[in-house]
Amino acid sequence: MAYSEKVIDHYEHPRNVGSFGKEDGAVGTGLVGAPACGDVMKLQIKVSPDGIIEDAKFKTFGCGSAIASSSLVTEWVKGKTLDEAAAIKNTEIAQHLALPPVKIHCSVLAEDAIKAAIADYRKKTRADDEAAE
Amino acid sequence: MTVLSKTKDGKGLARPIYLDYQATTPCDPRVVQAMLPYFTEKFGNPHSRNHVYGWEAEDGVEKAREQVASILGADMKEVIFTSGATESNNLALKGVAHFYKDKKNHVVTCVTEHKCVLDTCRHLEQEGFSVTYLPVGKDGLIDLGQLAEVVTERTAIVSIMAVNNEIGVIQPLAEIGAICRKKGAFFHTDAAQAVGKIPIDVNAMNIDLLSVSGHKFYGPKGVGALYVRRRPRVRLVAMINGGGQERGMRSGTLPTPLCVGLGEACAIAQAEMGVENVRLSALRDRLLGGIRQRLPEVYLNGDLDRRIPGNLNLSFAFVEGEGLMMGVKDLSVSSGSACTSASLEPSYVLRALGVQDEMAHTSLRLGIGRFTTDEEIDYAIDHIVEAVSRLREMSPLWEMHQDGIDIQSIEWAEH
Repeated sequence: MAYSEKVIDHYEHPRNVGSFGKEDGAVGTGLVGAPACGDVMKLQIKVSPDGIIEDAKFKTFGCGSAIASSSLVTEWVKGKTLDEAAAIKNTEIAQHLALPPVKIHCSVLAEDAIKAAIADYRKKTRADDEAAE
Repeated sequence: MTVLSKTKDGKGLARPIYLDYQATTPCDPRVVQAMLPYFTEKFGNPHSRNHVYGWEAEDGVEKAREQVASILGADMKEVIFTSGATESNNLALKGVAHFYKDKKNHVVTCVTEHKCVLDTCRHLEQEGFSVTYLPVGKDGLIDLGQLAEVVTERTAIVSIMAVNNEIGVIQPLAEIGAICRKKGAFFHTDAAQAVGKIPIDVNAMNIDLLSVSGHKFYGPKGVGALYVRRRPRVRLVAMINGGGQERGMRSGTLPTPLCVGLGEACAIAQAEMGVENVRLSALRDRLLGGIRQRLPEVYLNGDLDRRIPGNLNLSFAFVEGEGLMMGVKDLSVSSGSACTSASLEPSYVLRALGVQDEMAHTSLRLGIGRFTTDEEIDYAIDHIVEAVSRLREMSPLWEMHQDGIDIQSIEWAEH
Protein backbone atom coordinates (compact mmCIF):
# COMPACT_ATOMS: atom_id res chain seq x y z
CA MET A 1 0.00 0.00 0.00
CA ALA A 2 1.29 3.46 -0.80
CA TYR A 3 1.24 5.83 2.14
CA SER A 4 0.86 9.57 1.92
CA GLU A 5 3.87 11.70 2.74
CA LYS A 6 2.19 12.94 5.91
CA VAL A 7 1.60 9.40 7.16
CA ILE A 8 5.22 8.50 6.48
CA ASP A 9 6.43 11.65 8.23
CA HIS A 10 4.39 10.92 11.37
CA TYR A 11 5.40 7.25 11.27
CA GLU A 12 9.08 8.02 10.96
CA HIS A 13 9.07 11.04 13.26
CA PRO A 14 6.17 10.44 15.64
CA ARG A 15 5.33 13.46 17.82
CA ASN A 16 4.85 13.14 21.55
CA VAL A 17 5.49 9.44 22.09
CA GLY A 18 5.44 8.51 25.73
CA SER A 19 3.39 8.30 28.90
CA PHE A 20 2.34 10.46 31.82
CA GLY A 21 1.72 8.98 35.24
CA LYS A 22 -1.86 7.70 35.20
CA GLU A 23 -2.38 8.64 38.81
CA ASP A 24 -1.67 12.33 38.18
CA GLY A 25 -4.96 14.16 38.72
CA ALA A 26 -4.26 16.50 35.80
CA VAL A 27 -3.92 13.58 33.39
CA GLY A 28 -6.70 11.93 31.40
CA THR A 29 -5.97 8.58 29.76
CA GLY A 30 -7.83 7.05 26.83
CA LEU A 31 -7.12 3.45 25.85
CA VAL A 32 -9.10 2.31 22.81
CA GLY A 33 -9.02 -0.49 20.29
CA ALA A 34 -8.17 -4.15 20.85
CA PRO A 35 -5.06 -6.22 20.25
CA ALA A 36 -7.15 -8.87 18.47
CA CYS A 37 -8.26 -6.25 15.95
CA GLY A 38 -4.69 -5.16 15.29
CA ASP A 39 -4.79 -1.68 16.78
CA VAL A 40 -4.66 -0.20 20.25
CA MET A 41 -4.16 3.50 20.99
CA LYS A 42 -3.30 5.06 24.30
CA LEU A 43 -3.73 8.82 24.33
CA GLN A 44 -3.01 10.94 27.40
CA ILE A 45 -3.77 14.60 27.95
CA LYS A 46 -2.42 16.85 30.68
CA VAL A 47 -4.92 19.55 31.56
CA SER A 48 -4.12 22.88 33.20
CA PRO A 49 -6.25 24.15 36.11
CA ASP A 50 -8.05 26.49 33.69
CA GLY A 51 -9.12 23.58 31.48
CA ILE A 52 -6.62 23.87 28.65
CA ILE A 53 -4.81 20.78 27.32
CA GLU A 54 -1.21 21.78 27.82
CA ASP A 55 0.46 18.54 26.82
CA ALA A 56 -0.40 15.21 25.20
CA LYS A 57 1.33 11.88 24.71
CA PHE A 58 0.53 8.68 22.88
CA LYS A 59 1.54 5.10 22.38
CA THR A 60 0.04 3.02 19.58
CA PHE A 61 0.08 -0.62 18.53
CA GLY A 62 -1.02 -0.61 14.92
CA CYS A 63 -0.25 0.07 11.32
CA GLY A 64 1.42 3.19 9.98
CA SER A 65 -1.89 4.98 9.57
CA ALA A 66 -2.89 4.25 13.16
CA ILE A 67 0.45 5.55 14.44
CA ALA A 68 0.17 8.64 12.24
CA SER A 69 -3.42 9.35 13.32
CA SER A 70 -2.56 9.24 17.01
CA SER A 71 0.63 11.23 16.54
CA LEU A 72 -1.32 13.90 14.67
CA VAL A 73 -4.02 14.27 17.32
CA THR A 74 -1.44 14.80 20.07
CA GLU A 75 -0.37 17.87 18.09
CA TRP A 76 -3.90 19.01 17.45
CA VAL A 77 -5.25 18.79 20.99
CA LYS A 78 -2.45 20.81 22.54
CA GLY A 79 -3.62 24.32 23.48
CA LYS A 80 -7.27 23.42 23.02
CA THR A 81 -9.99 23.42 25.66
CA LEU A 82 -11.58 20.08 26.43
CA ASP A 83 -14.66 21.00 24.43
CA GLU A 84 -12.61 22.11 21.46
CA ALA A 85 -10.60 18.88 21.55
CA ALA A 86 -13.76 16.81 21.84
CA ALA A 87 -15.01 18.45 18.65
CA ILE A 88 -12.16 17.03 16.51
CA LYS A 89 -13.73 14.81 13.86
CA ASN A 90 -12.26 11.65 12.40
CA THR A 91 -12.95 13.02 8.92
CA GLU A 92 -10.56 15.91 9.57
CA ILE A 93 -7.84 13.46 10.63
CA ALA A 94 -8.46 11.21 7.61
CA GLN A 95 -8.45 14.17 5.27
CA HIS A 96 -5.29 15.69 6.70
CA LEU A 97 -3.40 12.39 6.40
CA ALA A 98 -5.02 11.45 3.07
CA LEU A 99 -6.02 8.06 4.47
CA PRO A 100 -7.40 5.56 1.95
CA PRO A 101 -10.90 4.12 2.64
CA VAL A 102 -9.55 0.92 4.29
CA LYS A 103 -7.69 3.06 6.82
CA ILE A 104 -10.58 5.29 7.87
CA HIS A 105 -11.03 3.16 11.01
CA CYS A 106 -7.61 4.41 12.20
CA SER A 107 -8.92 7.97 12.25
CA VAL A 108 -12.11 6.83 13.99
CA LEU A 109 -9.99 5.21 16.66
CA ALA A 110 -7.97 8.40 17.12
CA GLU A 111 -11.18 10.40 17.61
CA ASP A 112 -12.38 7.79 20.11
CA ALA A 113 -9.06 8.05 21.93
CA ILE A 114 -9.45 11.82 22.41
CA LYS A 115 -12.99 11.40 23.72
CA ALA A 116 -11.92 8.58 26.04
CA ALA A 117 -9.03 10.64 27.45
CA ILE A 118 -11.33 13.63 28.06
CA ALA A 119 -13.96 11.41 29.70
CA ASP A 120 -11.29 9.89 31.95
CA TYR A 121 -10.05 13.32 32.97
CA ARG A 122 -13.58 14.55 33.71
CA LYS A 123 -14.37 11.45 35.73
CA LYS A 124 -11.22 11.96 37.79
CA THR A 125 -11.87 15.64 38.48
CA ARG A 126 -15.50 14.92 39.42
CA ALA A 127 -14.28 12.25 41.83
CA ASP A 128 -11.77 14.76 43.25
CA ASP A 129 -14.48 17.39 43.65
CA GLU A 130 -16.74 14.93 45.40
CA ALA A 131 -13.90 13.85 47.67
CA ALA A 132 -13.22 17.51 48.50
CA GLU A 133 -16.82 18.22 49.44
CA MET B 1 28.61 -11.68 -3.68
CA THR B 2 27.06 -8.33 -4.47
CA VAL B 3 27.49 -5.57 -1.95
CA LEU B 4 24.24 -3.94 -0.86
CA SER B 5 23.98 -0.56 -2.51
CA LYS B 6 22.94 2.32 -0.30
CA THR B 7 20.78 5.30 -1.14
CA LYS B 8 22.54 8.62 -1.74
CA ASP B 9 22.04 9.82 1.83
CA GLY B 10 23.37 6.47 3.08
CA LYS B 11 20.32 5.92 5.30
CA GLY B 12 18.78 2.97 3.51
CA LEU B 13 19.12 0.63 0.60
CA ALA B 14 18.66 1.71 -2.99
CA ARG B 15 16.58 -1.40 -3.50
CA PRO B 16 15.08 -3.49 -0.70
CA ILE B 17 16.39 -6.97 0.07
CA TYR B 18 14.01 -9.59 -1.29
CA LEU B 19 12.87 -11.89 1.50
CA ASP B 20 9.57 -13.07 0.07
CA TYR B 21 10.60 -16.28 -1.72
CA GLN B 22 7.28 -18.00 -0.91
CA ALA B 23 5.44 -15.32 -2.90
CA THR B 24 7.59 -15.83 -5.95
CA THR B 25 11.20 -16.29 -6.98
CA PRO B 26 13.30 -14.62 -9.64
CA CYS B 27 13.97 -16.73 -12.71
CA ASP B 28 17.36 -18.39 -12.55
CA PRO B 29 19.45 -16.87 -15.36
CA ARG B 30 20.17 -20.43 -16.57
CA VAL B 31 16.42 -20.93 -16.92
CA VAL B 32 16.12 -17.76 -18.99
CA GLN B 33 19.02 -18.86 -21.20
CA ALA B 34 17.33 -22.20 -21.88
CA MET B 35 14.07 -20.42 -22.78
CA LEU B 36 15.42 -17.75 -25.11
CA PRO B 37 15.83 -19.77 -28.35
CA TYR B 38 12.20 -20.87 -28.11
CA PHE B 39 10.94 -17.30 -28.41
CA THR B 40 12.78 -16.59 -31.66
CA GLU B 41 14.36 -19.25 -33.88
CA LYS B 42 12.63 -22.31 -32.38
CA PHE B 43 9.24 -20.63 -32.27
CA GLY B 44 7.25 -23.43 -33.89
CA ASN B 45 3.99 -24.83 -32.62
CA PRO B 46 4.98 -27.99 -30.73
CA HIS B 47 1.84 -29.64 -32.09
CA SER B 48 2.80 -29.06 -35.75
CA ARG B 49 3.70 -32.45 -37.11
CA ASN B 50 4.73 -31.55 -40.63
CA HIS B 51 7.90 -29.49 -40.38
CA VAL B 52 11.07 -28.92 -38.48
CA TYR B 53 9.75 -25.86 -36.63
CA GLY B 54 7.15 -28.01 -34.97
CA TRP B 55 9.55 -30.84 -34.32
CA GLU B 56 12.17 -28.76 -32.56
CA ALA B 57 9.53 -27.08 -30.39
CA GLU B 58 8.13 -30.50 -29.58
CA ASP B 59 11.61 -31.73 -28.67
CA GLY B 60 11.93 -28.80 -26.25
CA VAL B 61 8.56 -29.50 -24.65
CA GLU B 62 9.14 -33.23 -24.34
CA LYS B 63 12.59 -32.79 -22.83
CA ALA B 64 10.98 -30.44 -20.30
CA ARG B 65 8.26 -32.97 -19.58
CA GLU B 66 10.96 -35.51 -18.83
CA GLN B 67 12.73 -33.06 -16.51
CA VAL B 68 9.50 -32.41 -14.60
CA ALA B 69 8.78 -36.14 -14.39
CA SER B 70 12.31 -36.81 -13.18
CA ILE B 71 12.15 -34.50 -10.15
CA LEU B 72 8.90 -36.20 -9.12
CA GLY B 73 10.08 -39.77 -9.76
CA ALA B 74 7.29 -40.06 -12.34
CA ASP B 75 6.99 -41.19 -15.93
CA MET B 76 6.90 -38.37 -18.49
CA LYS B 77 3.59 -39.64 -19.83
CA GLU B 78 2.09 -38.75 -16.46
CA VAL B 79 2.94 -35.04 -16.66
CA ILE B 80 0.68 -32.45 -18.26
CA PHE B 81 1.53 -28.79 -18.54
CA THR B 82 -0.83 -26.12 -17.18
CA SER B 83 -0.74 -22.39 -16.54
CA GLY B 84 0.31 -22.86 -12.92
CA ALA B 85 -0.61 -24.45 -9.63
CA THR B 86 -4.01 -22.73 -9.41
CA GLU B 87 -5.09 -24.38 -12.65
CA SER B 88 -3.49 -27.69 -11.66
CA ASN B 89 -5.33 -27.69 -8.34
CA ASN B 90 -8.63 -26.81 -10.01
CA LEU B 91 -8.17 -29.54 -12.60
CA ALA B 92 -7.15 -32.18 -10.08
CA LEU B 93 -10.05 -31.55 -7.72
CA LYS B 94 -12.84 -30.74 -10.14
CA GLY B 95 -11.59 -33.19 -12.74
CA VAL B 96 -11.52 -36.16 -10.38
CA ALA B 97 -14.67 -35.19 -8.47
CA HIS B 98 -16.64 -34.82 -11.69
CA PHE B 99 -15.35 -38.01 -13.28
CA TYR B 100 -16.15 -40.25 -10.30
CA LYS B 101 -19.29 -38.40 -9.14
CA ASP B 102 -21.63 -41.34 -9.77
CA LYS B 103 -19.82 -43.52 -7.26
CA LYS B 104 -18.21 -41.00 -4.93
CA ASN B 105 -19.26 -37.63 -3.61
CA HIS B 106 -16.75 -36.82 -0.87
CA VAL B 107 -13.58 -34.73 -0.84
CA VAL B 108 -11.12 -34.34 2.03
CA THR B 109 -8.78 -31.37 2.41
CA CYS B 110 -7.36 -29.28 5.23
CA VAL B 111 -8.03 -25.82 6.61
CA THR B 112 -4.57 -24.39 5.87
CA GLU B 113 -4.64 -25.15 2.15
CA HIS B 114 -4.01 -22.39 -0.37
CA LYS B 115 -7.09 -20.36 -1.30
CA CYS B 116 -7.21 -21.97 -4.76
CA VAL B 117 -7.80 -25.38 -3.18
CA LEU B 118 -10.25 -24.10 -0.56
CA ASP B 119 -12.20 -22.05 -3.06
CA THR B 120 -12.37 -24.99 -5.46
CA CYS B 121 -13.68 -27.14 -2.61
CA ARG B 122 -16.34 -24.51 -1.82
CA HIS B 123 -17.33 -24.63 -5.45
CA LEU B 124 -17.64 -28.44 -5.31
CA GLU B 125 -19.79 -28.09 -2.20
CA GLN B 126 -22.13 -25.82 -4.12
CA GLU B 127 -22.36 -28.54 -6.75
CA GLY B 128 -23.46 -30.98 -4.09
CA PHE B 129 -20.21 -32.67 -3.06
CA SER B 130 -19.49 -33.03 0.61
CA VAL B 131 -16.12 -31.73 1.77
CA THR B 132 -14.29 -32.47 5.02
CA TYR B 133 -11.83 -29.79 6.13
CA LEU B 134 -9.30 -31.36 8.48
CA PRO B 135 -7.92 -29.13 11.24
CA VAL B 136 -4.20 -28.84 11.93
CA GLY B 137 -2.28 -28.93 15.19
CA LYS B 138 -0.18 -26.17 16.69
CA ASP B 139 2.69 -27.42 14.52
CA GLY B 140 0.60 -26.87 11.36
CA LEU B 141 0.33 -30.59 10.54
CA ILE B 142 -2.77 -32.74 10.09
CA ASP B 143 -3.54 -35.64 12.39
CA LEU B 144 -3.11 -38.93 10.51
CA GLY B 145 -5.51 -40.78 12.78
CA GLN B 146 -8.16 -38.20 12.01
CA LEU B 147 -7.47 -38.51 8.28
CA ALA B 148 -7.88 -42.29 8.43
CA GLU B 149 -11.21 -41.79 10.20
CA VAL B 150 -12.75 -39.39 7.69
CA VAL B 151 -11.72 -41.13 4.46
CA THR B 152 -14.40 -43.62 3.38
CA GLU B 153 -15.32 -45.59 0.27
CA ARG B 154 -17.30 -42.49 -0.77
CA THR B 155 -14.16 -40.34 -0.79
CA ALA B 156 -13.05 -39.58 -4.33
CA ILE B 157 -10.01 -37.48 -3.52
CA VAL B 158 -7.92 -36.32 -0.60
CA SER B 159 -6.07 -33.06 -1.22
CA ILE B 160 -3.39 -32.13 1.31
CA MET B 161 -0.68 -29.62 0.46
CA ALA B 162 2.94 -30.76 0.59
CA VAL B 163 4.36 -27.54 2.04
CA ASN B 164 2.37 -24.64 3.45
CA ASN B 165 2.94 -21.29 1.76
CA GLU B 166 2.78 -19.21 4.94
CA ILE B 167 4.57 -21.33 7.51
CA GLY B 168 6.61 -23.71 5.35
CA VAL B 169 5.67 -26.87 7.26
CA ILE B 170 5.90 -30.20 5.44
CA GLN B 171 2.92 -32.54 5.73
CA PRO B 172 3.67 -36.27 6.16
CA LEU B 173 3.12 -37.13 2.49
CA ALA B 174 4.13 -40.80 2.54
CA GLU B 175 1.88 -41.51 5.53
CA ILE B 176 -1.05 -39.69 3.92
CA GLY B 177 -0.44 -41.55 0.67
CA ALA B 178 -0.45 -44.91 2.46
CA ILE B 179 -3.79 -44.15 4.13
CA CYS B 180 -5.37 -43.01 0.87
CA ARG B 181 -4.13 -46.02 -1.06
CA LYS B 182 -5.41 -48.38 1.60
CA LYS B 183 -8.82 -46.69 1.59
CA GLY B 184 -9.09 -46.45 -2.19
CA ALA B 185 -9.17 -42.65 -2.41
CA PHE B 186 -6.92 -40.70 -4.74
CA PHE B 187 -4.26 -38.56 -3.08
CA HIS B 188 -3.65 -35.13 -4.58
CA THR B 189 -1.03 -32.80 -3.19
CA ASP B 190 -0.52 -29.13 -3.99
CA ALA B 191 3.28 -29.16 -4.18
CA ALA B 192 3.71 -25.57 -5.37
CA GLN B 193 5.93 -24.77 -2.38
CA ALA B 194 7.56 -28.21 -2.24
CA VAL B 195 8.92 -29.04 -5.67
CA GLY B 196 12.61 -28.23 -5.78
CA LYS B 197 12.68 -27.72 -2.00
CA ILE B 198 12.15 -31.25 -0.66
CA PRO B 199 12.68 -34.65 -2.31
CA ILE B 200 9.46 -36.01 -3.79
CA ASP B 201 8.80 -39.51 -5.10
CA VAL B 202 5.24 -40.00 -6.28
CA ASN B 203 5.56 -43.78 -6.16
CA ALA B 204 7.19 -44.11 -2.75
CA MET B 205 4.68 -41.58 -1.38
CA ASN B 206 1.62 -43.04 -3.17
CA ILE B 207 0.75 -39.67 -4.67
CA ASP B 208 -1.84 -39.89 -7.46
CA LEU B 209 -1.98 -36.25 -8.52
CA LEU B 210 0.49 -33.46 -7.81
CA SER B 211 0.47 -29.76 -8.68
CA VAL B 212 3.61 -27.90 -9.70
CA SER B 213 4.17 -24.15 -10.07
CA GLY B 214 7.12 -22.86 -12.11
CA HIS B 215 7.68 -19.50 -10.49
CA LYS B 216 8.02 -20.82 -6.94
CA PHE B 217 11.37 -22.42 -7.72
CA TYR B 218 13.17 -20.10 -10.13
CA GLY B 219 11.16 -20.96 -13.23
CA PRO B 220 8.93 -18.60 -15.19
CA LYS B 221 5.50 -17.38 -14.13
CA GLY B 222 2.48 -18.60 -16.07
CA VAL B 223 3.43 -22.25 -16.26
CA GLY B 224 2.94 -25.26 -14.03
CA ALA B 225 2.24 -28.93 -14.32
CA LEU B 226 -0.08 -31.59 -13.02
CA TYR B 227 1.15 -35.10 -12.41
CA VAL B 228 -1.65 -37.61 -13.08
CA ARG B 229 -0.90 -41.25 -12.22
CA ARG B 230 -1.35 -43.88 -14.95
CA ARG B 231 -1.17 -47.04 -12.83
CA PRO B 232 -3.59 -47.35 -11.13
CA ARG B 233 -5.10 -44.94 -13.59
CA VAL B 234 -6.55 -41.65 -12.45
CA ARG B 235 -9.17 -40.26 -14.80
CA LEU B 236 -10.48 -36.76 -14.88
CA VAL B 237 -12.91 -34.56 -16.72
CA ALA B 238 -11.09 -31.77 -18.57
CA MET B 239 -11.92 -28.16 -17.77
CA ILE B 240 -10.51 -26.74 -20.99
CA ASN B 241 -11.76 -28.33 -24.17
CA GLY B 242 -10.23 -27.94 -27.58
CA GLY B 243 -7.61 -29.67 -29.70
CA GLY B 244 -7.12 -32.50 -27.27
CA GLN B 245 -3.55 -31.67 -26.32
CA GLU B 246 -2.05 -33.10 -23.11
CA ARG B 247 -3.87 -36.39 -23.57
CA GLY B 248 -7.16 -34.56 -23.73
CA MET B 249 -6.85 -33.31 -20.18
CA ARG B 250 -5.80 -29.79 -21.08
CA SER B 251 -6.33 -28.45 -24.56
CA GLY B 252 -4.48 -25.46 -25.90
CA THR B 253 -1.15 -24.88 -27.63
CA LEU B 254 1.66 -25.39 -25.16
CA PRO B 255 3.74 -22.29 -24.38
CA THR B 256 7.05 -23.83 -25.49
CA PRO B 257 9.42 -21.31 -23.82
CA LEU B 258 7.56 -21.55 -20.52
CA CYS B 259 7.54 -25.35 -20.59
CA VAL B 260 11.27 -25.37 -21.37
CA GLY B 261 11.87 -22.95 -18.49
CA LEU B 262 9.87 -25.10 -16.08
CA GLY B 263 11.84 -28.16 -17.17
CA GLU B 264 15.17 -26.40 -16.74
CA ALA B 265 14.13 -25.15 -13.28
CA CYS B 266 13.36 -28.76 -12.32
CA ALA B 267 16.71 -30.01 -13.64
CA ILE B 268 18.64 -27.33 -11.75
CA ALA B 269 16.70 -27.92 -8.54
CA GLN B 270 17.12 -31.68 -8.76
CA ALA B 271 20.88 -31.34 -9.22
CA GLU B 272 21.39 -28.67 -6.55
CA MET B 273 18.70 -29.27 -3.93
CA GLY B 274 21.00 -31.04 -1.48
CA VAL B 275 23.67 -28.36 -1.44
CA GLU B 276 21.15 -25.54 -1.60
CA ASN B 277 19.20 -26.82 1.39
CA VAL B 278 22.35 -26.96 3.53
CA ARG B 279 23.11 -23.35 2.61
CA LEU B 280 19.53 -22.16 3.18
CA SER B 281 19.33 -23.94 6.54
CA ALA B 282 22.47 -22.12 7.65
CA LEU B 283 21.03 -18.77 6.52
CA ARG B 284 17.72 -19.50 8.22
CA ASP B 285 19.44 -20.45 11.49
CA ARG B 286 21.57 -17.33 11.29
CA LEU B 287 18.47 -15.16 10.79
CA LEU B 288 16.42 -16.79 13.54
CA GLY B 289 19.36 -16.94 15.95
CA GLY B 290 20.35 -13.35 15.27
CA ILE B 291 16.85 -12.04 15.91
CA ARG B 292 16.22 -14.15 19.00
CA GLN B 293 19.55 -13.27 20.53
CA ARG B 294 18.66 -9.60 20.49
CA LEU B 295 14.88 -9.55 20.88
CA PRO B 296 12.70 -11.15 23.56
CA GLU B 297 9.12 -12.27 22.91
CA VAL B 298 9.61 -13.54 19.36
CA TYR B 299 7.57 -16.63 18.52
CA LEU B 300 7.97 -19.05 15.63
CA ASN B 301 4.72 -20.07 13.97
CA GLY B 302 4.67 -23.70 12.81
CA ASP B 303 7.06 -26.54 13.43
CA LEU B 304 10.77 -25.74 12.99
CA ASP B 305 12.06 -29.21 12.15
CA ARG B 306 9.39 -30.34 9.71
CA ARG B 307 9.75 -27.23 7.61
CA ILE B 308 11.47 -26.20 4.39
CA PRO B 309 14.73 -24.39 5.12
CA GLY B 310 13.74 -21.23 3.25
CA ASN B 311 10.86 -20.13 5.47
CA LEU B 312 10.43 -18.41 8.81
CA ASN B 313 7.15 -17.09 10.14
CA LEU B 314 7.67 -15.06 13.27
CA SER B 315 5.36 -13.21 15.62
CA PHE B 316 6.98 -10.16 17.18
CA ALA B 317 4.70 -9.76 20.17
CA PHE B 318 3.30 -6.26 20.87
CA VAL B 319 4.24 -4.91 17.42
CA GLU B 320 1.62 -4.85 14.68
CA GLY B 321 2.71 -6.51 11.44
CA GLU B 322 1.84 -3.83 8.95
CA GLY B 323 3.41 -1.14 11.08
CA LEU B 324 6.46 -3.37 11.28
CA MET B 325 6.60 -3.89 7.53
CA MET B 326 6.61 -0.14 7.13
CA GLY B 327 9.51 -0.01 9.56
CA VAL B 328 11.55 -2.63 7.74
CA LYS B 329 11.29 -0.79 4.46
CA ASP B 330 14.67 -2.12 3.31
CA LEU B 331 13.18 -5.62 3.30
CA SER B 332 10.50 -6.98 1.00
CA VAL B 333 8.53 -9.35 3.21
CA SER B 334 4.89 -10.18 3.89
CA SER B 335 2.77 -10.25 7.02
CA GLY B 336 -0.09 -12.29 8.40
CA SER B 337 -1.61 -9.11 9.73
CA ALA B 338 -5.12 -8.21 8.71
CA CYS B 339 -4.12 -4.79 7.55
CA THR B 340 -2.09 -6.15 4.68
CA SER B 341 -4.99 -8.00 3.15
CA ALA B 342 -8.22 -6.75 1.65
CA SER B 343 -10.28 -8.81 4.09
CA LEU B 344 -9.15 -7.15 7.35
CA GLU B 345 -9.03 -10.64 8.89
CA PRO B 346 -5.72 -11.95 10.19
CA SER B 347 -4.17 -14.95 8.44
CA TYR B 348 -6.49 -17.97 8.42
CA VAL B 349 -3.44 -20.22 8.44
CA LEU B 350 -2.12 -18.78 11.70
CA ARG B 351 -5.61 -18.88 13.20
CA ALA B 352 -5.86 -22.55 12.26
CA LEU B 353 -2.69 -23.22 14.28
CA GLY B 354 -4.45 -21.74 17.28
CA VAL B 355 -2.37 -18.56 17.16
CA GLN B 356 -4.37 -15.84 18.94
CA ASP B 357 -5.55 -12.98 16.75
CA GLU B 358 -3.37 -10.50 18.60
CA MET B 359 -0.31 -12.64 17.85
CA ALA B 360 -1.35 -13.26 14.24
CA HIS B 361 -1.41 -9.49 13.81
CA THR B 362 2.27 -9.35 14.76
CA SER B 363 3.59 -11.88 12.27
CA LEU B 364 6.10 -11.54 9.47
CA ARG B 365 6.89 -14.15 6.86
CA LEU B 366 10.57 -14.18 5.96
CA GLY B 367 11.34 -16.22 2.85
CA ILE B 368 14.93 -16.85 1.86
CA GLY B 369 16.18 -18.51 -1.29
CA ARG B 370 18.78 -19.16 -3.93
CA PHE B 371 20.00 -15.59 -4.26
CA THR B 372 19.93 -14.60 -0.58
CA THR B 373 23.38 -13.78 0.81
CA ASP B 374 24.97 -13.77 4.27
CA GLU B 375 25.32 -10.02 4.00
CA GLU B 376 21.60 -9.64 3.32
CA ILE B 377 20.72 -11.80 6.32
CA ASP B 378 22.96 -9.74 8.60
CA TYR B 379 21.46 -6.53 7.32
CA ALA B 380 17.96 -7.97 7.82
CA ILE B 381 18.71 -8.92 11.44
CA ASP B 382 19.90 -5.41 12.30
CA HIS B 383 17.02 -3.81 10.46
CA ILE B 384 14.34 -5.99 12.09
CA VAL B 385 15.80 -5.64 15.60
CA GLU B 386 15.98 -1.87 15.21
CA ALA B 387 12.41 -1.55 13.89
CA VAL B 388 10.87 -3.88 16.47
CA SER B 389 12.68 -2.13 19.31
CA ARG B 390 11.56 1.29 18.10
CA LEU B 391 7.94 0.17 17.65
CA ARG B 392 7.86 -1.56 21.02
CA GLU B 393 8.91 1.71 22.67
CA MET B 394 5.86 3.17 20.95
CA SER B 395 3.53 0.27 21.83
CA PRO B 396 1.07 0.56 24.73
CA LEU B 397 0.94 -3.24 24.87
CA TRP B 398 4.70 -3.53 25.32
CA GLU B 399 4.47 -0.93 28.09
CA MET B 400 1.76 -2.97 29.84
CA HIS B 401 3.82 -6.12 29.40
CA GLN B 402 6.82 -4.38 30.98
CA ASP B 403 4.60 -3.31 33.88
CA GLY B 404 3.55 -6.92 34.39
CA ILE B 405 -0.01 -6.43 33.12
CA ASP B 406 -1.50 -9.43 31.34
CA ILE B 407 -2.93 -8.18 28.04
CA GLN B 408 -5.47 -11.02 28.10
CA SER B 409 -6.88 -9.85 31.42
CA ILE B 410 -8.08 -6.53 29.99
CA GLU B 411 -11.58 -6.21 28.62
CA TRP B 412 -10.95 -4.72 25.22
CA ALA B 413 -13.74 -3.08 23.28
CA GLU B 414 -13.48 -5.02 20.02
CA HIS B 415 -14.31 -2.83 17.08
